[in-house]
Amino acid sequence: MAEVIIEKLYKSFGKTAAIVDMDMTIEDGSLVVLLGPTGAGKTTTLRLISGLEKIDSGSVSIDGRVVNEETPAQRDVAMVFQQYSLYPHLSVRDNLAFPLRSPILNTEKREIERKVNEVAEILHITSKLDNRATELSGGEMQRVSIGRALVRDPAIYLMDEPLSSLDARLRADLRIELKRIQSELGSTLLYVTHDQIEAMTMATHVGVLQEGRLVQFGTPREIYENPNSIYVAGRLGLPRINILPGDLFSGLGSEVDTIGLRAEHVEYGAGQTASVKRVEHLGDQTRLHLDLRGHSLTVLSPAGDPYTAGTTVKIQPVNPLCFDVSGNRIAGA
Amino acid sequence: MAEIVVNNLRKDFGDFTAVQESSFTIADGEFFMLLGPSGCGKTTTLRMIAGLELPSAGEIYLDGEEISQLPPSQRDIAFVFQMFALYPHMNVRRNISYPLVSQGMKRRDVRAKVAEVAKILGIEDMLDKPVGGLSGGDRQRVALGRAIVREPKAFMMDEPLGALDAEFREHMSEELRALHDRMGATTVYVTHDQLEAMQMGDKIVVMNNAVVEQFGTPQDIYNKPATLFVADFIGSPSMNFLDFNGAVTSGASVVSLADLSVEVPTQLEDKSGALVLGVRPEHVTLRDQGDLRAEVLAVEYLGTTQIVVLQSVFGEIKARVDAVQTVAVGDQVALHFRSDTITLFDRATGAAIRSSLNDGALAHG
Repeated sequence: MAEVIIEKLYKSFGKTAAIVDMDMTIEDGSLVVLLGPTGAGKTTTLRLISGLEKIDSGSVSIDGRVVNEETPAQRDVAMVFQQYSLYPHLSVRDNLAFPLRSPILNTEKREIERKVNEVAEILHITSKLDNRATELSGGEMQRVSIGRALVRDPAIYLMDEPLSSLDARLRADLRIELKRIQSELGSTLLYVTHDQIEAMTMATHVGVLQEGRLVQFGTPREIYENPNSIYVAGRLGLPRINILPGDLFSGLGSEVDTIGLRAEHVEYGAGQTASVKRVEHLGDQTRLHLDLRGHSLTVLSPAGDPYTAGTTVKIQPVNPLCFDVSGNRIAGA
Repeated sequence: MAEIVVNNLRKDFGDFTAVQESSFTIADGEFFMLLGPSGCGKTTTLRMIAGLELPSAGEIYLDGEEISQLPPSQRDIAFVFQMFALYPHMNVRRNISYPLVSQGMKRRDVRAKVAEVAKILGIEDMLDKPVGGLSGGDRQRVALGRAIVREPKAFMMDEPLGALDAEFREHMSEELRALHDRMGATTVYVTHDQLEAMQMGDKIVVMNNAVVEQFGTPQDIYNKPATLFVADFIGSPSMNFLDFNGAVTSGASVVSLADLSVEVPTQLEDKSGALVLGVRPEHVTLRDQGDLRAEVLAVEYLGTTQIVVLQSVFGEIKARVDAVQTVAVGDQVALHFRSDTITLFDRATGAAIRSSLNDGALAHG
């Protein structure tokens, strides 16, 4: 396992800049999640590190060695794609063993068997080892393709939305499983997703991408509690953070253009009067959809769910995030 | 607008039973969810209400009129599909006006009606565009417009947001619900996404293997599940299930899991054998002292809260605790359950055992 350092990375496709001056350090043993909407440059970053795309300028170093000119095979990375790509004519066992049989690795037969069994166990596919790859369900195929990366011991694992094609239940299980495997093996993992729950729950660090730029890098908690822009604030949090004009509530500085108010950051019984449009009972939480002088916002109901649709409620923000006209966070506010 | 009553509805495809005797009532103006995993019969039920399938037995009443054998065109119901089936060679305006034109409505009235619907949906500026270049959300709005424009008695929607990506789906589901609140039309909505059902629905029918497992408000379904299946299917992460061999007696408010005593809502039935204690993650708390010891296996940070995965003698247990609480992997803790929220189940039948908590909510569809 190894540290990966990206410096001044730049990549364009024709006239479109895909990655702009990216600096990022993926520490040894960390699980870094790149988060951003479609087209933000997440997958391109992975492909530049793995060598599937050529770097325009800047550098990628793995384990202290600049790999810009190396082929994907020389870079010692293992990649898992969104679309599982298995060898359809081989059994699950042979699919898993395939990377180990590569002449570069030259692994002993007994060792291959041990590794394959171990990984099959971790991913709960032991009973399917002798099935043809095509005789599996979608979820099983994706586990095999993750397994094919896990049998190796590369410098870094690169995963491109590996769970997005699975159903919700399996995704939740595998997310915990992957995180556990990663921390037990101490592997370095760079993981791309647009699913914020995966980002929050799995990452040691989250990198937020916006139009090819890395706009913030930190622990999930830092990104959630201390975002540096409206854009970053909107990437994490369910329900989505409420963005409201700064003058809606009194007591904020004049430089405050907008405030970001997370659903849980309200106090009841004081402040502005809002009308309750709808109450959503989600079981573990109850959400109130409010209308405050023409602005809609979603907040968490206080315990006991005292409010119903059609009533009014007084609310006051608690520690709102303050942003200036250009959407950047105002420090200390 | 309309009340829909479904009475002992059944559908067989050859030897295969897609829907077994189902009964439920959809009140006028309700946003009603048919929820379940794929293959559970929810879409077949919807298609029978719309008239796209004929039931093998049972009746459907729309506003008191028995309609189960009528062709779709005579039911006054509009259907919105998952794949927004639009006419690709027509522009937005013609797509929306099509149902009216084919009814023989006057051109001037059609124009006025389409303008009104376009305004409701916020698509006035794209009326003259071809549908080919529209985004997924706009295409779905057009499909909705075509359903709304007829002013039918009820809407049937089959996973209308299923093809949209997560972020946009959240936005569209709010929009759809707001639209429903403005129009007040009875809507039957099929989904396999439990969160969507909880968020949007006034009432939910949970189906599994062709059977209605439970029928009720989102709160009742969540807090008072009638079966193990419902308890497991609703909620994320789902309810914790602690298997044990034991007995409950009517009137008891304590149950023994081997040498562990747990307070539960007052039980109203006698049951013994293989039982299950069900407790939701947010009703599990971590303390220093207690009889049920557990070790922290993993912690998932979720912003407001965090999910703690614990290993206990009853297997894995998940707890949802406040994000400010410090929890580390490897910590040894004691688990406590909020007693008034616990449901006990019979393992063999999967049915919830009646208690002061769920009495009254256990009526099956």
